[in-house]
Amino acid sequence: MRPLLQHNASKLLGLAAALLLLAAACAASIALGTTSIRLTTTVEALVAYNPANTEHVIIVTTRVPRAVFALTVGSSLAMAGAMMQALTRNPLASPGLFGINSGAVLAVVLALLLLPLTSLSQLVWAAFVGAAGAALLVYGLASLGGGNLTPIRLVLAGSALSALFSALTQGVLVLDESGLQNVLFWLAGSVAGKELGTLYQVLPYMVIGGGAALLLGYPLTILSSGEEMAKGLGQRIGLVKAIAAAAVVMLAGSAVAAAGAIGFVGLVMPHFARYLAGTDYRWVIPYSAVLGAILLLGADIVARFPVQPGELPLGVVTGLIGVPFFIYIARSDFNRRRAQDETNRSVS
Amino acid sequence: MKPTVPFRSRHPFLSALEDRRVLILLVLLLVLMAALVLGACLGSTWESPFQVLLTMVGVQSDSAFVIGTLRLPRLVLALLAGAGLSLAGAVLQGLIRNPLASPDVLGMTGGASAAAVGFIALSGGALSIRWLPVAAMIGALLVSGLIYLLAWKNGVSPVRLVLIGVGISAGTSSVTMLLLAFSSITSAGKAYIWLTGSVYGASWEQVLTLLPWLLLFGTVAWANARKLNVHQLGDEAATGLGAAVQRQRLGLILVAVALAGSSVALVGAVGFIGLIGPHIARRLVGSSYGVLLPASALVGALLLLLADTAGRTLFQPLDIPAGVFTAAIGAPFFIALLVRHRRL
Repeated sequence: MRPLLQHNASKLLGLAAALLLLAAACAASIALGTTSIRLTTTVEALVAYNPANTEHVIIVTTRVPRAVFALTVGSSLAMAGAMMQALTRNPLASPGLFGINSGAVLAVVLALLLLPLTSLSQLVWAAFVGAAGAALLVYGLASLGGGNLTPIRLVLAGSALSALFSALTQGVLVLDESGLQNVLFWLAGSVAGKELGTLYQVLPYMVIGGGAALLLGYPLTILSSGEEMAKGLGQRIGLVKAIAAAAVVMLAGSAVAAAGAIGFVGLVMPHFARYLAGTDYRWVIPYSAVLGAILLLGADIVARFPVQPGELPLGVVTGLIGVPFFIYIARSDFNRRRAQDETNRSVS
Repeated sequence: MKPTVPFRSRHPFLSALEDRRVLILLVLLLVLMAALVLGACLGSTWESPFQVLLTMVGVQSDSAFVIGTLRLPRLVLALLAGAGLSLAGAVLQGLIRNPLASPDVLGMTGGASAAAVGFIALSGGALSIRWLPVAAMIGALLVSGLIYLLAWKNGVSPVRLVLIGVGISAGTSSVTMLLLAFSSITSAGKAYIWLTGSVYGASWEQVLTLLPWLLLFGTVAWANARKLNVHQLGDEAATGLGAAVQRQRLGLILVAVALAGSSVALVGAVGFIGLIGPHIARRLVGSSYGVLLPASALVGALLLLLADTAGRTLFQPLDIPAGVFTAAIGAPFFIALLVRHRRL
């Protein structure tokens, strides 16, 4: 498929436009809500903060942290998804569908139950362990199944693992009823009511993972065109894969630790990025990062309005956006890939 | 799984073989009864099996309340729902000729639970619980129809069907959350209790709500065992044998929808029973539906009964939803099926 943007100049321009859109989404996220705040006041609050002004207080203590959470979590998930799709050459690969998000959630819930952990900086390590465990399980299954586990079946295996992890999480939650109410909202995915301080505890990992993702753009492009090709071009496949996997675990794990399991961002946005910028991951990854942030900011704005005075869990909004898209991929791209896979297998 | 001949065995002693399968059914029934009695014994206080049997036949005693009003309805409800889900799975596996086919994968469970939550949350208790199975069946029907339509592309490939099912399940759970968010706090609370597994406060009324549906559609399924035998041979063979393939398939899918929907309405979205039950039953008695259906029902009943009893007794006084245990067994089972069956 020909990407929408052909030349490097137009891709750069597109990225700049996406960044502008992102800035607009941030502004909208800060300005819109149960109390609408004028844009001038918003700017004023950021430039000259006045604690006596309620609108300023709302902006600085709730709206801004919320926007920052949505931005970082959205771009982390989208970058993780883009890398997974490149690594596995599977269009449905994403932290949500492969059970990595739910593995991280299970690990966090278990850690809350068993260990005397309170701060997010400790919980984030539990999330990493869970995400890594789930990733290893899926990867192990893929190698165990050999040729028998085609990409499409790997998705099914991932969904079964996800079902298992969520059922176990539910069981653990029953064991620890006191913390239930808070954890439940966190599980469905939410960026509301968080303090910026907690974000700083996971931000370093997001930055490291994101930086690695950006640097891996070129090797991932080669790897995504086939392992033989990458080997032939002299790439150290093992090293690239290991670093990319570690970056996926960091990005997905810290996103879950910050905001709970939010599905479909990591699935949808890399596709959109490839539609715009082609298959060169040097472009796909930054595009995914910006687009993922825009999607989550948008979803978070949408989540505020339908139910007054409460709001919808963010995971519900992204789910409603993501499911039609998932079905679109399942109906189209996949069968061609699967046919290709089968021919490859019969040839080899 | 070793290939089995659906119609007749090449075994020279046909009657002996049938005796053996009937014997297996009887043993399953006995094990189920034993599990029922044991389940009624276990709990925060131990009641003797003798006492349980006395209560079952209607003798009044000090422990009759605990056994007859608290424990037995719950056990019987789990038993019935397990049988219903497993029967639905057995019917679907024969119709779609796919080992992965089950009410959860085909969206029936998700659709039924979204509809049940909608019914509880939006009606706000104005309508009687007796209508809950109907609402759940409609939900199951709509969602499984949607999945079938979306998976259609020059015919329905089994793997695409399952894949679309995965996506739509995510969608139904989002819709469920949405319905909860839009309903008033009291009815949302009721719906939430239902979601976490309503076997908790089971009563004989719930048992009586489920029983007629299961009896009706279970009998319909069993009466159609011959048709199912023909269907699992494949469309061409079935047409050749004179079956009205499309019409019968539609009718039998409706039976599966009714069985799964009514079970989910009463016990919540317990996963994987409809997948594992028929597989174990097939191992035990082969794939002739005349025996396979009762065996599936018995195995499914036993599985859910054990899962619920384990959830109720292992972590006392806490009550772990039965779905946790069925998923713990079911998910690895599902993955093993994926790995082992090259052609699905």
